[in-house]
Amino acid sequence: MKDSTEISLSLARPDGTLSSKLKVALTLGCVGLLLLVLALFNIGLSSQGGLLIVAISLISIGVFLYANGLYINKQDGIKNNGVWFKSISSRGTIGWVTGVVLTTFYVVLYFYPKLLGLGIDGQPNSGLVALFDPLSSLLNGNDASQWFVYGTLYTLAILLFGYKFILKYRGNRYQQFRTFSVMLFQLGFAFLIPEFMARLNSNSFTIPSYDLKNMWPLSYDYFDQYSVDEFIQAGNIGLALLIFGVLSIFVISPILTYKYGKRWYCSWVCGCGGLAETAGDSFRQLSSKKLSSWKVERWLVHIVLVFSILMTTAVVGTYLGDDATAYWLTRKVFLIFVAAVLTLVFTLTMVFKRQELGKDARYGAIGFFVVILSLFALYTFGGSSDLLFISSGTLRSAYGFYIGSIFSGVIGTGFYPILGNRVWCRYGCPMAAVLGFQQRLFSKFRITTNGGQCISCGNCSTYCEMGIDVRAYAQKGENIVRSSCVGCGVCAAVCPRGVLKLENGSLEGRINSRDILLGNNMDVTKFAENKSE
Amino acid sequence: MGKFSPNLSTLYQMSEEHVIIIGNGISGITLARHVRKLSSKRITVVSNESNHFFSRTALMYIYMGHMKFEHTKPYEDWFWDKNKIELVNGKVIAVNTNHKCVILENSDELKYDKLVIATGSKPNKFGWPGENLKGVQGLYHLQDLESLEKTAQNNEVCKRAVIIGGGLIGIELAEMLTSRNIPVTFLVRETSFWNHVLPLQESEMLNNHIANNNIDLRLGANLKEIKGGENGSVKSIVIKETDEEIPCNLVGLTAGVSPNVAFIESTDIETNKGVLVSRFLETNIPDVFAIGDCAELRNSKEGRSNIEAMWHTGRIMGETLAQTICGQKVEYEPGHWFNSAKFLKIEYQTYGWVSAVPIGTHQHFQWKNPNEDKCITLEYNKDTLEFIGINTFGIRMRHDIFDTWLTEKRDVNYVIHNLPKANFDPEFYQRYENDILAKYNKQLSTLNT
Repeated sequence: MKDSTEISLSLARPDGTLSSKLKVALTLGCVGLLLLVLALFNIGLSSQGGLLIVAISLISIGVFLYANGLYINKQDGIKNNGVWFKSISSRGTIGWVTGVVLTTFYVVLYFYPKLLGLGIDGQPNSGLVALFDPLSSLLNGNDASQWFVYGTLYTLAILLFGYKFILKYRGNRYQQFRTFSVMLFQLGFAFLIPEFMARLNSNSFTIPSYDLKNMWPLSYDYFDQYSVDEFIQAGNIGLALLIFGVLSIFVISPILTYKYGKRWYCSWVCGCGGLAETAGDSFRQLSSKKLSSWKVERWLVHIVLVFSILMTTAVVGTYLGDDATAYWLTRKVFLIFVAAVLTLVFTLTMVFKRQELGKDARYGAIGFFVVILSLFALYTFGGSSDLLFISSGTLRSAYGFYIGSIFSGVIGTGFYPILGNRVWCRYGCPMAAVLGFQQRLFSKFRITTNGGQCISCGNCSTYCEMGIDVRAYAQKGENIVRSSCVGCGVCAAVCPRGVLKLENGSLEGRINSRDILLGNNMDVTKFAENKSE
Repeated sequence: MGKFSPNLSTLYQMSEEHVIIIGNGISGITLARHVRKLSSKRITVVSNESNHFFSRTALMYIYMGHMKFEHTKPYEDWFWDKNKIELVNGKVIAVNTNHKCVILENSDELKYDKLVIATGSKPNKFGWPGENLKGVQGLYHLQDLESLEKTAQNNEVCKRAVIIGGGLIGIELAEMLTSRNIPVTFLVRETSFWNHVLPLQESEMLNNHIANNNIDLRLGANLKEIKGGENGSVKSIVIKETDEEIPCNLVGLTAGVSPNVAFIESTDIETNKGVLVSRFLETNIPDVFAIGDCAELRNSKEGRSNIEAMWHTGRIMGETLAQTICGQKVEYEPGHWFNSAKFLKIEYQTYGWVSAVPIGTHQHFQWKNPNEDKCITLEYNKDTLEFIGINTFGIRMRHDIFDTWLTEKRDVNYVIHNLPKANFDPEFYQRYENDILAKYNKQLSTLNT
């Protein structure tokens, strides 16, 4: 008889505890994916429409059955059993392979779309892109592009994994509502509406087709010349859309962020957040919680923000004229305006929030002066297209390449299984930096901790996709007011002691730092507080 | 400056008191952190359980695969160096209070100015036949998790597990084993789960919940003996009441814990079940203190036990003793009672006192949702209507609100009418306050007529 305490090699279980139901589901999904891969090599293209329907159906049924197999018969509650035992979700072999495949896909998508079958110079599409031609012409009347293929698969991923997420968090309405919301915004605003807008275009009517919920600076090309031209050419509707875009970032977003925190966008509306929360949910525990990561995050995300402001300003400067008699908004007027707005924000922050910023005020000031100096340089030395010696065109394409493609796409999504599902949102998104700044200083949102109930178990920190060490606050009884928090609410869900709650409350006592937790007597609290003053 | 600073700081440290803390659990570490906040004393923490502080309550989540061991460490490893808290991995085998030193297993001697015993608990054993067989264990130390990982790696190695003792650790162990599809038989001495603490409504709800999770719950069942097989491993257990023999590969002993103070007993530090301490957490020997699970108060606050093996009492003792050690003598005085736990999927919180059966002038108001595992019990004084405490299952409530209400001695009427203020459930959750109020009013009107 075997010694039961010794771990025997004969007990190896190559596929863990996958039930046969899950295996069938996995097979169906993989066959669907395989059909797409075959299409890539122009195999089986006889009936494109039919093949696409079959492939998408197989993938959908696969994910649907898999999600049901995992969760449908389970009770409400947290379903994280075995997360760190599974290869896919603990940086095992399957995780790494998935990461490499995803990364490769993004490199091809951004830089070698021809490999996907995109027809260049008027040639017809082939391969994978051609497979999507029928769907594309059904929706917008044109042949597919690589972006149409990507958009369709992206939306499909959010819908299918959104279903899985909703099942997983059955019993938690906050999770269900916000997932339903990102699914809706992706399907409607990001996918269908722009296609229909494209369809509306005719000789007598033009309308730019774009995602209404997209905002500068996340949509860094919003104020590019071609984009603004499109708006202006579309007459009154276009102008209204342009004004809406400007209001979105400068008025609507600050109001909503003040009331609800940045979660209204990041985990309820945004497409990047949508994919992270659904398809990326299995990887949230992989984000680094180290203090050093937090430092990197703060430098990186704010550098991207500064880069994006400068780049956009320089780009807008290129198409504004110098002649004030032709149009009042000249390049120089615009530059002065940008500098004035930034100075106003900086001054107000320093006057009202100096205390809260602490040591960060210095970094804020450095950042501010870098931007102002650059604007000054642009004003003084810049020709119509130069920022010092770098042309704004170079700046724009560098941003598009390094930030828009490499950071947000290749690394941001490709590295899900390695660095967690919010790499882009955490380290790179300039929109997250803007909203985070507002959330940290001008918002009613906070995560409240519940007195002395925390047992420091670490579930909250582990499952924070933004890498916030939630426990560090909870075990001190201190509310969590962090610029990076996207308000996904998973920390509150996984807490076994009911310690965390996402709330919008008054600004008074929002940050409640204390040395001694609730439950100890008054004298100790008094001594501790006196000491720290 | 830089060249001389190491020497200077050594000199500086030598002139400072040396505080040695035995045990790196929540109480010892909280003490160390607060002493560091308040002073520049030399601090050494000795433990042979782990190199760094981890959350004991999270051991279950490592086994269940929710977290890895490093996730259970509340501070990164550089924290200790940065805050000049010296960590010694070693086992204390003797304390010499005359020479003010502790002796480690490797015969190192550490001299102290202040000694704090914070060695926690050990699982109870009641002299059952076979209780020292291989495969019989408690769940308290990191080492318990390591042995569980061997004995109950999966349901092929462990065909069945038997858990003895229906408390909070027992139910956690049951949940852990169930997560790996290991069949569990759960022997509970009481006639209903945890009914010496919980009112019947709640205890019965938990009985059902446990059974619904495919755990073989045996109520009113005591252990007679544990039988061994080959290699000295456990083979089966026998139930006292029925003589039924249940084959198993793991026996979890979870019938409570007791202070881990064996190494103190040869010293002149006075012990009973635990290390005896005053309200100031002092032992009978000057400059020697005890905190956390291992401390036994000579006379505790009215209504509180002398030994309270809980996370937050350990933490509060650490916070308190740090003040005393740093020159501001403060009495250990925990505030209003509170606690929380999770029974499989059901969350439980309690604030103030709720007894299993109300006695004297005390009375219960109870509400239960007919469809879900959600219920509350309020205890109050039926003469004065003073609110005494609340148990809440499946609904999260605010600690600070109840703490305030208890301090203000609010009446039960006020509490019921203001329950919405205390709600701590996530946004969009269904609310039950109206339902609760309706039942309360209905009961009130039947009382009045």
